[in-house]
Amino acid sequence: MNPTSASVAVSALPGGAIPAQAARTGKVRIIDAVKYYGAAGTGVLAVDHCTFEVPAGEITVVVGPSGCGKTTLLNAIAGFHSLSSGSIYLDDEMLCGPGKLKAEPGPDRIVVFQNGALFPWKTNIENITFGPMMQGRLTRAEAYEKARDMMADAGLRGIENNYPGEISSGVRRRVEIVRALMNDPKILLLDEPYRALDSLTKSVMHEALLEIFYKNRVTIFFITHDLEEAIFLGHRVVIMTTRPCRPKKILDIDIPHPRDYSVLTTKRFREFMDETAAAVHEEATKAFAAGEKER
Amino acid sequence: MNAIKGFVLKTISFVTGEDFWRGIVAIIVFLLFWETGSRSQSWFGVAFPWVSQVPAPTAVLQEMYRLIQDPSFWHSAYLSTLRVTEGFLAAMVIGIPLGLAMAVSKTFYGISFPVFEVLRPIPPLAWVPAAIIFWPTQELSIAFVTFLGAFFTIVINVIGGAQAIDVRYFQAARSMGSSTWDIFRRIILPGTLPSIVVGATVGIGITWAVVVAAEMISGGGSAGSVGGAAGGGLGFFIWNSYVGGSYTQIVAGMISIGMAGYLSSAILRKIGEWMTPWLAEG
Amino acid sequence: MSETDLTKLPINTLLDRSDQMSSTAVAMHRLSLWLASPRPYLMMIGFGLFLGFWYLSVEVWKLPRFAEMPGLTTVVSEWLSKNPIYGLSIFVDEYYLHIWVSIRRIAIAFFLATAIGVPLGLFLGWSKRFKQFVFPVFELLRPIPPLAWVPLAIVMFHGSETPVIFLTFLASFYATALNTMLGVQSIDISYVRAASCLGAKRWQIFRHIIVPGALPFIFTGLQISVGVAWFSLVAGEMVSGQYGLGYVINTSYTMVRYPTIIIGMVTLGIVGYVTSAMVRVLGDYMMQWRTRELALGGER
Ligand SMILES: Nc1ncnc2c1ncn2[C@@H]1O[C@H](COP(=O)(O)OP(=O)(O)O)[C@@H](O)[C@H]1O
Ligand SMILES: [Mg+2]
Repeated sequence: MNPTSASVAVSALPGGAIPAQAARTGKVRIIDAVKYYGAAGTGVLAVDHCTFEVPAGEITVVVGPSGCGKTTLLNAIAGFHSLSSGSIYLDDEMLCGPGKLKAEPGPDRIVVFQNGALFPWKTNIENITFGPMMQGRLTRAEAYEKARDMMADAGLRGIENNYPGEISSGVRRRVEIVRALMNDPKILLLDEPYRALDSLTKSVMHEALLEIFYKNRVTIFFITHDLEEAIFLGHRVVIMTTRPCRPKKILDIDIPHPRDYSVLTTKRFREFMDETAAAVHEEATKAFAAGEKER
Repeated sequence: MNAIKGFVLKTISFVTGEDFWRGIVAIIVFLLFWETGSRSQSWFGVAFPWVSQVPAPTAVLQEMYRLIQDPSFWHSAYLSTLRVTEGFLAAMVIGIPLGLAMAVSKTFYGISFPVFEVLRPIPPLAWVPAAIIFWPTQELSIAFVTFLGAFFTIVINVIGGAQAIDVRYFQAARSMGSSTWDIFRRIILPGTLPSIVVGATVGIGITWAVVVAAEMISGGGSAGSVGGAAGGGLGFFIWNSYVGGSYTQIVAGMISIGMAGYLSSAILRKIGEWMTPWLAEG
Repeated sequence: MSETDLTKLPINTLLDRSDQMSSTAVAMHRLSLWLASPRPYLMMIGFGLFLGFWYLSVEVWKLPRFAEMPGLTTVVSEWLSKNPIYGLSIFVDEYYLHIWVSIRRIAIAFFLATAIGVPLGLFLGWSKRFKQFVFPVFELLRPIPPLAWVPLAIVMFHGSETPVIFLTFLASFYATALNTMLGVQSIDISYVRAASCLGAKRWQIFRHIIVPGALPFIFTGLQISVGVAWFSLVAGEMVSGQYGLGYVINTSYTMVRYPTIIIGMVTLGIVGYVTSAMVRVLGDYMMQWRTRELALGGER
C-alpha cells in the first residue's frame, strides 16, 4: 500500500469524478457460499462452502484452474444467478443470503466479461455513456462530457465515434473498463479480462489497469488462471481448489504499490511464485485429470 | 440398451416438463378457437370473419378418417411423393457435383456463378409454362419445376459449405503428403457434408411447396387448365376439392401435405445426423 | 489485419484511415481491382455460353424440343419492339401495369409480414412463457406450405386480390418471425448481463440490446422473406389473379404467346433481384457497425 501516491493520483483526476470515500467502499464478504447446478443428485457442485473476504480499496485476485467455479462465484456476486446457500455482503449490506438467494444486478458492482461485452451496435462513447443514461443519472450532455474526460484520461481520445469492432481487443478492454468506471461502482468484477490477449498486449493492459486503480482506488475482484498475473496485480491472492471451488490458500502480497513490470524480476516476487506454484499446479493437474472444461 | 434407457428418460422428462404441457394447452386453445369460429354462424348466429369460412376441426377429422380408407387419396399422395422424390434426387445428383466444382475451380466459378445468380431470382413456378412447352410429358415438366425448387438451394449450400472449410485443414493434409484426390475425398467432401444436409432439408421443404403448386397450376386455375388433363397428386386433390365445393377435403388435403413435408424433412435430418456423427453434441 | 498490427499502431492514425477515403474513391478503387481480376471476363464467357447456346439450339440448329421454345432473338426483339406482336414490350403501358400490380402486392404483404413477424419473433425469443404458449401453434401450421393454402385462401377471403396477398404474406411471415426469434436467441447472454449491471431496466434491455442484437438475423429473415414472397406471389397470380407477372406468364401460355412467357420470367427475375437488393441496402444502412467492422477486417 502506498497512500501518498494514491491521493496524488486522485486529486489529479478531472472533475472530481471519484467519490471521496471510494477507498473505503466495496468490501465484499463471501460466507459459506454453495452453488449447485441442476437437480439434486444429477447436477454439478461448482462452489463448495466458500468463505473469504475482498477488502475495500484493494485488488483481490482469485486463481484457479479452468472450470473450477470462479465465474460461478463472480456471477453470484454480480446477481446473474442465485446461490444454493450461504450469503454475500457488500459493505455490510446483504446482497444475497438466506431468504433472498439471488442478488439484484446493479451499477454498484460492474462486471467486465471474459470475452468482452461492449455492445457492438453502439459506438464507443455510446457504450460508455450507456450506464448513467439508462439509470437517468446524467443528461446526455453531461454523460458525454464526463465520458470524453474519462476517455482522454485513459488515453482513448479519437475513438469516440468508432464502433468496438473497429478497434483492437486490447483497446476494447480499456473502453469496457471506462464504461464500468463511469458508474462510480463500489467494486469492479473482472472475469479473466485479458485471457484472449497475447502476452505483450497483456503486460501493457496490466499496467494500464494498475494506473486506473491508483487513480480511482476502486475495489477490484479479478479472476484469472494465470498465477503470475495474480501475484503481479493483487494485494491479496486467493488460490482455489479444483471443482468444487473453495479457497485453498490465501496470500497477502506485500510487494509495495505502485508496481510496474520491474516487480516481476524481484526476489520477493519469485518467492511468492515459488510458494504458490506447487499448490496451483496440483489443482491444475487434478482438473486436467477430471477433464474439466469451462462453459 | 443404454440408448433405449436414455431415450425413455428423455421422453419422460419431456412429457412431464413445462414446455410440453404449455404446448398442449396452447394447441387445445387453438383448436377450440377454430371449432368455435367455424361454427359461429350456427351457434351464435354471427359469422366470425374468415374463420367461419373454414370447416371445423371435428369435421376435418371425420373427413380424414374417411380419406385414409379411400384408395384414390392414397394414389394422389403417392403421385406427389413420387414427383418430390424424383425432383429432389435429380437436384441432389446434379446440384452437389456442380456446387463442388464451383467451389473447387475458380475459373468454373467465375464462368457459371453469374449465370446461376441471374437465373436464381426467377421463382420456380414461373418456369411451369416454359417447362410444359419444353418437356414432352406433363409428368416430366412437373418433375423439372420440382427439381428447380431444390436445385438452387442445394447448390448455394454446397458452395458456401465448401468455401467455409478452414484452409488449415488443407495445409495440414498437404504437409502430411495427401494427393489432390485425397484432399477432395477426405476434407472437402466431409467438410461440405453438414451444409449439404442443411441444403437438402431446406430443399425438400421447397420441393413439397413447388409440387403442390405445380399440380394446382397444371391441373386447374382460373385461367383455364395449363397442360390440359390433370395429372393427379395432392395439389390437384385440394384444387379439385375446391372446384367440387368440398371444403373439408381442402383442409384435410392441406394437413396431409403438411405432414408429408414434415416427415420428409425429419427423415432427411435423421439421415444427416447419422452421416455427420462428429456434429453431435456431448 | 492481425491483432498485434492493430495494437502497435497509434489509435488515431489507425481509425481515421477509413474516413479519409471518400466513398466514391473507394468505389473507383474497387472497380479498378475488379477490372484487373479475371472475374469480369469469365463472367462474359459464362453469359456468352448461356445466351449462345440458347440462340443456337433454338434458332440455328433447331434441336428437338428446343425448337418449340421461343428463341433469343425473338424474345429480345419482341421485348424491345414498339409494336410487339404479342402485345407486351417495354413500350407498352400494360407491361408496367403488370409490374406495378405485382410490386404493390409484394409491398403490402411484405410490410404486413414485417410489421407482425418482427414483434412476434422478438417476443418469442425474449419471453420463455410466451414461446411455450405460442410457438407450438406456429410450428403446427408452418409445415403446410403457403401454396397449399391457395384454395382455402380463396374460400376465406372474397375477391381475387386478398387471397393472393394473404398467400404472399404467409410465406414472408414465417421466414421473418422465425429468423427474428433465432436472432434474439443468438444474442450473447453477456450483453444482457452487462446491460443489467449498468442499470438498464427490462424494457431498456429490450430496446437497446434485444432489438439491435437481433438485427442481423432479422435482416437475413427479411432477405428470405422477399424471396419467398415472390415465390408465393407468382403461384397465387398463376392460379387466381387478374393482373401481375405470374398472370402474364400463365395467360401467355394459354393464349400461345410464347415469347411473352420468357419476357415475364426475365422481368420477374429483375424485379425480384432489385427488391432483395433494396432490403440488403437498407440492412447495411441500419447496421453500420457491421459494415464498418467488415470494412476493417474486424476480428469479431
Ligand atoms: N449453467 C450451468 N449449468 C450447469 N453447469 C454449469 C453451468 N455453468 C457452469 N457450470 C459448470 O460449473 C463448473 C464451473 O464453471 P465456471 O464457474 O464457469 O468455471 P471457471 O470460471 O472457473 O472456469 C464447470 O464444471 C461448468 O461446467
Ligand atoms: Mg470462467
